[in-house]
Amino acid sequence: MPLSARIGSHKQKSFRQKFVDLNWFIVFIIVCVASVGFAMLYSVAGGSIDPWAKNQLIRFLIGLAAMIFIALIDIRVWMFLAYPLYALSLSMLVVVDIMGTIGKGSQRWINLGFMNLQPSEFMKIALVLALARYFHCLSDEDTLKLKSLIKPLILIALPAVLVLRQPDLGTTLLIVMGGIAMFFVAGVRMWLFIVSFVAMIPAAFGAWQFLKPYQKQRVLTFLDPETDPLGAGYHIIQSKIALGSGGVYGKGFIQGTQSQLNFLPEKHTDFIFTVIAEEFGLIGGLTLLTLYFILLGYAMIMSMSVKNQFGRLLVVGMVITFFLYMFINIAMVMGLVPVVGVPLPLVSYGGSAMLTLLVGFGFILSTAIHKDTSIPRGGAFA
Amino acid sequence: MQPSDKNKLKMYTRRASLLSGGMMLLSSALVGRMYYLQVISRSQYELLAEQNRISMRLLAPKRGDIVDRNGHPMATSTTDYRVNVIPEETEELQDTLKSLGKFIPISASDNDRIVKASKKQRSFLPISVANNLDWKTFSNINVNMPDLPGIQPDVGTSRLYPEKELAAHIIGYVGPVSEEELTGDPLLELPEFKIGKNGIEKVLDEKLRGSAGNSKVEVNVLGRVIRELSRQDSIPGKTERLTIDLDLQKYVANRVRDESTGIVVMDVHNGEILAIVSTPSFDPNDFNNGISQKKWDSLRGDIRKPLINKAVSGQYSPGSTFKTVVALAALEAGIITEEDTKFCNSQYRIGNRIAHCWKRGGHGRINVVQALAQSCDVFFYDLAIEVGIDRIHEMSARFGLGERFNIGIMSEARGINPNNEWKMGAQGVKWQLGDTANVGIGQGFVSTTPLQLAVMTSRLVNGGIAVRPKIYFDDEDDGITIPGDMGISSKNLKIVDQGMSDVFNHPRGTAYAHRSRKKDYKIGGKTGTTQVTRISMAERQSGVIQNEDKEWIERDHALFIGYGPVEAPKYAVSVLVEHGGGGSSVASPIACDILEYMLDRDLAKQNELNGGQDV
Repeated sequence: MPLSARIGSHKQKSFRQKFVDLNWFIVFIIVCVASVGFAMLYSVAGGSIDPWAKNQLIRFLIGLAAMIFIALIDIRVWMFLAYPLYALSLSMLVVVDIMGTIGKGSQRWINLGFMNLQPSEFMKIALVLALARYFHCLSDEDTLKLKSLIKPLILIALPAVLVLRQPDLGTTLLIVMGGIAMFFVAGVRMWLFIVSFVAMIPAAFGAWQFLKPYQKQRVLTFLDPETDPLGAGYHIIQSKIALGSGGVYGKGFIQGTQSQLNFLPEKHTDFIFTVIAEEFGLIGGLTLLTLYFILLGYAMIMSMSVKNQFGRLLVVGMVITFFLYMFINIAMVMGLVPVVGVPLPLVSYGGSAMLTLLVGFGFILSTAIHKDTSIPRGGAFA
Repeated sequence: MQPSDKNKLKMYTRRASLLSGGMMLLSSALVGRMYYLQVISRSQYELLAEQNRISMRLLAPKRGDIVDRNGHPMATSTTDYRVNVIPEETEELQDTLKSLGKFIPISASDNDRIVKASKKQRSFLPISVANNLDWKTFSNINVNMPDLPGIQPDVGTSRLYPEKELAAHIIGYVGPVSEEELTGDPLLELPEFKIGKNGIEKVLDEKLRGSAGNSKVEVNVLGRVIRELSRQDSIPGKTERLTIDLDLQKYVANRVRDESTGIVVMDVHNGEILAIVSTPSFDPNDFNNGISQKKWDSLRGDIRKPLINKAVSGQYSPGSTFKTVVALAALEAGIITEEDTKFCNSQYRIGNRIAHCWKRGGHGRINVVQALAQSCDVFFYDLAIEVGIDRIHEMSARFGLGERFNIGIMSEARGINPNNEWKMGAQGVKWQLGDTANVGIGQGFVSTTPLQLAVMTSRLVNGGIAVRPKIYFDDEDDGITIPGDMGISSKNLKIVDQGMSDVFNHPRGTAYAHRSRKKDYKIGGKTGTTQVTRISMAERQSGVIQNEDKEWIERDHALFIGYGPVEAPKYAVSVLVEHGGGGSSVASPIACDILEYMLDRDLAKQNELNGGQDV
């Protein structure tokens, strides 16, 4: 018996049919968002595709191909691979951790010779997959039991601790918050969240002790940037100046004085939203937010008509990851949250995050294509 | 669909909706923040962004020229051709410097300095390689720019004193701004900016300075200029015209080149100073970029004091030139008349001291005109005691002695016009009769500057007008205070003037040998010789040592006040030759030459004019 026949309780779509069913409007919006990135990278290079825009375009095309490939693969295959992928990601994190210990310093990636592999990025995807599978297989009654939460908490805690040790506070937050959001939509009792939130307060004080001095400084500077205008607060102050001076309509393409004259730091990576807001004003910023809103809104609405819990949780996990990237980055450049080094999704220069997000959207699109596939609680291959 | 999934979907839909709501709430916080920053606080951040990118660069104004009465430049600003190198624009700094070495010599120390600077400062800032290049070299470098990557030809201004040491004491000089001179005016903080340090350059500094322009430039975070946004050109300083006649100044300076002198030539009617010469002098160009310690030490160490303006700062006993004032005081007081005579037997007793006349054997019986012409000491000892110090003091004051005229050049000295009050204040001792006798021949406590002597002479010969000296054409007092009549009888003035004329023109006059032989006019004046060291009794008995046998520093000062033409006085001159010897032998020929130069020139002009009219 062929594999497809054995795992499917639903009629199989042909590969060609799946390709047609792919939501090309969403793909188009994704291209739009990425194009905003290309334009801004062209701008911050003073009107040149080098050194950033060209590289970014190549990476995007690779990521886009990966996204479409993932979207076309049967969702049950992904469910089947969820735990193995998690195990692989976790072991890579361990490798990085050991290398970091030996190398006596911060280490976030494995050099494969042709590219740098960043396991923490993989882990964001793998954790969502693993948690989605875990909750998919949980019965309604078990979902309400406390002891059912031990395993998923461990699933979250292991990578969180490893990433925090790198140390990468931004990614740790993304992993933990993404995981908690999945608990929430999976139906874990509401009061648990309230109790946990209250318990967080003393935990935050405890966590403070673990922060590196530069991380502490970032938080302190965030609370009052003006106290250190030439040091750590400089980035936030200059970013706010750029944003504010952009006004409603902006200063024009390649006309942002703060970015073009280099007053703005990290303008091609973490602070690229500032460049958009400076050169295209409030209108530019709102336009980008709208594009993001379309992407995430589509995913959330679509997820409510998915006929399997795995797919639904997968979508929420990816949406939350995407949303947190976006929210933290934009809030950070506007001085609402500390500078934690989170890129703007699909826009900031950088390969790893872009790949993660496109792969994530690949899973969302895959869920959409296979939304009518129902999967038994025991699993596709049980 | 399985029933359990139905329950799960229900729960999911509820929770996912809640989560979406939460995400939208957070997103609206972002929108709110954007609105706050970009709409509400926009103007504040716009201002901050402008402050970030716009930098004001001051543009130094061109310093005003100082010119003589005919418009000839005495101090001017010239174009200074310079060459800078911008390290980041070179391919290899050493290669560029090597290529540049074909056009201008670059010493090893210059090379070191440039390399050091290139390591210290930001690579887009220019480093000075050479300045004061001639036009040919500069244009040569400009033509070869393609072979000299990173070389930046630059045109600046520097102060030039074309006549060098000729009028250094009047003009003064400029120099780099010192810490104490900073007033908060940002112009003064420009690296190459110079301000007046001495003389007219200092007195009129603000007028000559002009006002700074500015250039608004856009800079990046490193301070590099990206482009100019707007420019307001500087306003050059005003040109200052002096009453100095540069030709005369040159003539006088040449005439006394080897002496240590202070000379003032002025117009007796309007007080315009035509020449102020003090020798030896110095080259003010040396001070532009800070004078070398060696040069400075040699100027400071020179016993002839080249840095002092002897014409206005040097205070000397007027000697016999002062007899004119004493005579006038006596005539005005009615103590003597033109006819009254005194007898000179070469000796005069004051208390238990015997004073001598310069002429052994004495002058015999002489009147005031003869006493002036022959400069009889005994006559004036006696006359001074008769007149009394108070009347002499009062008359001196009317002639400007002991007065600072504030003509507007630096360090004008006041001199001393002494009386009892002055002596009590200065020495705490009462005025003695012997003091009066000494003052009677211009010795003792009285001291004057060559400028004061020139003013005194002018007032003696211009019909008793209290003319005031001036050196600026656009003097603000001009036309407001018309010099007043001194209220001295013209008859008495004529008596004194006759005596002064006879000094040159009477066969018995002290300077008869040096008289002007010109047919068209006569020149008058008064000699003066002042002892620098007291003649001891031993010297007097053994015969006075000749001046030539003394050390230079111990020789007598030679003085002369002159005017001409006697018939209708136009010019007054005072000549002081430090340690020059006799007033008649040394100073009077100088005064005569100066006056002849002026009068001959006037005659030539007059003839030219008349000739033109006749034809």
